[in-house]
Amino acid sequence: MTQSRYSLTIAGLVALVAVLFLASLLTGPAAMGAGQSLAALFGRGDEMLVLIMRELRLPRAILGLFVGAALGMSGAVMQGFLRNPLAEPGLIGTSASASLGAVLAIHTGLSAAWALALPVAALAGAALSVVLVLMLAGPRGGALALILAGIAISALAGACTSLVLNLSPNPFAANEIVFWMLGSLADRSMLHVWIAAPLMALGFAALWPTRRALEALTLGEDAAASVGVHMGRLRLMLIAGIAALIGGATAVAGSVGFVGLVVPHVLRRAVDASPARLVPASALGGAAVVLAADIAVRVIAPGRDLKLGVLTALVGAPFFLHLILKTRREGL
Amino acid sequence: MVARLGLILGLIVGLAQHAAAQPPRRVLSMNLCTDQLALMLAAPGQLVSVSALAADPSSSAMAKEAAPLPANHGLTEEIYLMQPDLVVAGAWSSPETIRLLQRLNIPVEVFPVENDLAGIRANILRMGKVLGRDAEAQRLIARFDADLALLSDPAPGPRPRAALYAVNGYSSGHNSLAGQIIALAGFDNIADELGLPAGGILALERLLIADPDLLVEGRRYPGAARGQELLEHPALKALGQDKSTVVMSDPDWVCGTPYILRAVAQMREARLALQEGP
Repeated sequence: MTQSRYSLTIAGLVALVAVLFLASLLTGPAAMGAGQSLAALFGRGDEMLVLIMRELRLPRAILGLFVGAALGMSGAVMQGFLRNPLAEPGLIGTSASASLGAVLAIHTGLSAAWALALPVAALAGAALSVVLVLMLAGPRGGALALILAGIAISALAGACTSLVLNLSPNPFAANEIVFWMLGSLADRSMLHVWIAAPLMALGFAALWPTRRALEALTLGEDAAASVGVHMGRLRLMLIAGIAALIGGATAVAGSVGFVGLVVPHVLRRAVDASPARLVPASALGGAAVVLAADIAVRVIAPGRDLKLGVLTALVGAPFFLHLILKTRREGL
Repeated sequence: MVARLGLILGLIVGLAQHAAAQPPRRVLSMNLCTDQLALMLAAPGQLVSVSALAADPSSSAMAKEAAPLPANHGLTEEIYLMQPDLVVAGAWSSPETIRLLQRLNIPVEVFPVENDLAGIRANILRMGKVLGRDAEAQRLIARFDADLALLSDPAPGPRPRAALYAVNGYSSGHNSLAGQIIALAGFDNIADELGLPAGGILALERLLIADPDLLVEGRRYPGAARGQELLEHPALKALGQDKSTVVMSDPDWVCGTPYILRAVAQMREARLALQEGP
């Protein structure tokens, strides 16, 4: 594969994300013209329109971009590190554990006392689950052990989340179970962007330098070690980076499944199966998928707060089945 | 043969009439709204239990009156053991429980949800009838109508526009009790303008565009919930900044009892303040 084709792929994805970001800004129940909306975004026009664009649509679009990029990047890195196509934050319980951390922070009142408690608790939940999965599935991450560990952690975290919400004195808390399991970007504000963005930035920064090591790992751990990859440090960076990305994303948007699974698979051929090149491509691809899904929930059922996870699962689950058939054919 | 059948029929009808003539002596209510109607109308000692919510001052307008009575939680076993000879229930009560109680030969009276004044009057009359307290029910309605008349002054000039906005962005139109309350107080309702006569989820964007004169917010419950977080959204705060905001206090807004007049009075005050203001 030539460098130029890779650049072309990345440029195409950037353009796609930019178009979807703009479309996300222009989609909403308040019928406003495109020109009018963009003028309002820059502070011109009716006060209410300015408020809608800046306080409702802009945070929603930004979060769609960030959450999608976080999910796509985590999926690509996990699959590269474990050399297992089934690794994904949703499947191995990272998202569910991050949800549990977030729910605990909200319902103990910790997040009301200190705004950063929410993402930090989500990060702690995510980190704990990644450590558990790596321990249970082993460094090589055999498919069966990985999936079993993931199912167990997901189920346990989901049950604890539901328990906390059911015990809440607030009659509306139990409804939230849906949000934490399927994710949504409805009615988020700039506050949520500020809560999640610093953590996600740290996550991106931690995962970005692992690309070279992931590339080396395709030759096996010994070969990687011989070219100077320090496995212990790589594992630590990976846990910290993924926990920060998924913790930040889940704290503000709930757990959105399948993005981290599907996106790296779709893009793998376009980057000639290079794990290093897959990382940025998947981040962009994830952002495009979540932005598109978030536009679709608003177009399909306006005003109903259809959850993001519903759409990603509708697309992702059949893809997952296809993956099973493919792995079986290949006799893995 | 025919004569004997007639005799038996006559006996049964006679028995039934006799039974109807005797007011029930152990009445149990399993719904917050029937609790309050029964508390207002029942004879001393006639009501043996009310639902657990009736004694909760954050939901019930008659928490003090309900406190001394044993509470039930709408469970079939629990209700059966209290041996009521009449159970009054609401339209939202569990149909399974009601069916089971009827199979256990306990008569159950299900009261519909009151969505307007006619519904409130009908439920008061019906509660009076099933408790054998018709005169008390008539008196209650007469007082309700007199109090209502005191609050009904036609709004001078155009009616201001109000929006009801509760947890999860739920708004109510005129086909709901809350909608009737703000209509009686002299407001037009944003939800009706936006095609939600019975109520539904109103997107925050549409609320901002509609730009109501008064924002009537749902009350906050203890503990956290995402749906409640919406009421703290910066955009909603910005809308409420230069407007009057009223918070619905559940006890007066939830059930179709004469207590809704307190909510009507509160909203009427808000309207008068708006119309006197700049």
